[in-house]
Amino acid sequence: MESRTAFLTIAAMAVVTYATRSGPLLFLAGRTLPAAVIRFLAHVPAAVLAALAAVSLLRPEGRLDVGPDNLILWAGLLAFALALKTKGFFGPVALGMLLVAAGRWPWGG
Amino acid sequence: MSQPTPPPAQWPEVAHAALAQTLPIALGYMPVGMAYGVLAGKAGLDALNVLAMSVLVYAGSAQLVAVGLFASGASAAALVVTTLAINLRHLLFSAAMAPLLAGWRKRELAFFAFELTDESFALHAARFGRGERDKRLTLSINVMAQSAWVGGTALGVALGDVLGDGRAMALDFALPGMFLALLAGQLKSRSHAAAALVGAALSLGAAAWGVSGFGTLGAGLVGAACGMGVERWRAGQPS
Repeated sequence: MESRTAFLTIAAMAVVTYATRSGPLLFLAGRTLPAAVIRFLAHVPAAVLAALAAVSLLRPEGRLDVGPDNLILWAGLLAFALALKTKGFFGPVALGMLLVAAGRWPWGG
Repeated sequence: MSQPTPPPAQWPEVAHAALAQTLPIALGYMPVGMAYGVLAGKAGLDALNVLAMSVLVYAGSAQLVAVGLFASGASAAALVVTTLAINLRHLLFSAAMAPLLAGWRKRELAFFAFELTDESFALHAARFGRGERDKRLTLSINVMAQSAWVGGTALGVALGDVLGDGRAMALDFALPGMFLALLAGQLKSRSHAAAALVGAALSLGAAAWGVSGFGTLGAGLVGAACGMGVERWRAGQPS
């Protein structure tokens, strides 16, 4: 794609992204939401983050992979266990990256 | 983590507090931003466009998917629609932040929304839950987080030839790793665990049917509704 066309495409991508981020915030700000809606919204992060994590762990190459070669999955499970235990953020990410990098290292080869 | 901290008064204090709170996210954003920068360069985007996407779009998973589409010669329309589909989940984050940001001016909300990501949302939801509502600190965290993202992108562009595709350094784990770490922090009760399980199962089902972007939104909606249902059901049970 030509550079100017690519930039205009990126600008359009930015506009639709900003619409999803700003629309509800600007529309709902200052309004009193029903208690049920607030309880619903409190469960949104867990549901969405689990949805994102599940697909990235189990379909890292775009197809279901639960085999021993799926390093992202196994390192991810260990990182998740550490995150649950420590509630830390970077430690689990660093552990997972270390494990995946170690698994890909050409040991002896 | 236990006590609400009083709002900082002076800019140096604000910057210091923002840096401390942003650091874990920034350390996660750098490798993902690098991975994006490397892959975008290899996809044929020039350096300015690679950086422009991180400045203007600022959405990790959407940018990584877009790079694949740019590389495959996809149309502009396909890129924009796919970006929209992947980022529809932000509607839910944005709605969830609305009650927490009551009293903010429209232009402040508009600026906040520009830098609302999965990670900044999770961080701010936790902060506001602890009573940390300082506006300058909130916006400073967002700016610092995006700076790390753009900085990582620049590094990826500059070091593209050295890093290869970044897989040897496991750069492709950083994004899933961040999702997992954020998820762990959200599992506060059985109802949240139920929301997560349903969300995960539905998104996998949707991905198998080839509807990842809308699938994430649908999985989020149904998962959150199930979590709310479990919470209600448990509240009705004798303790």
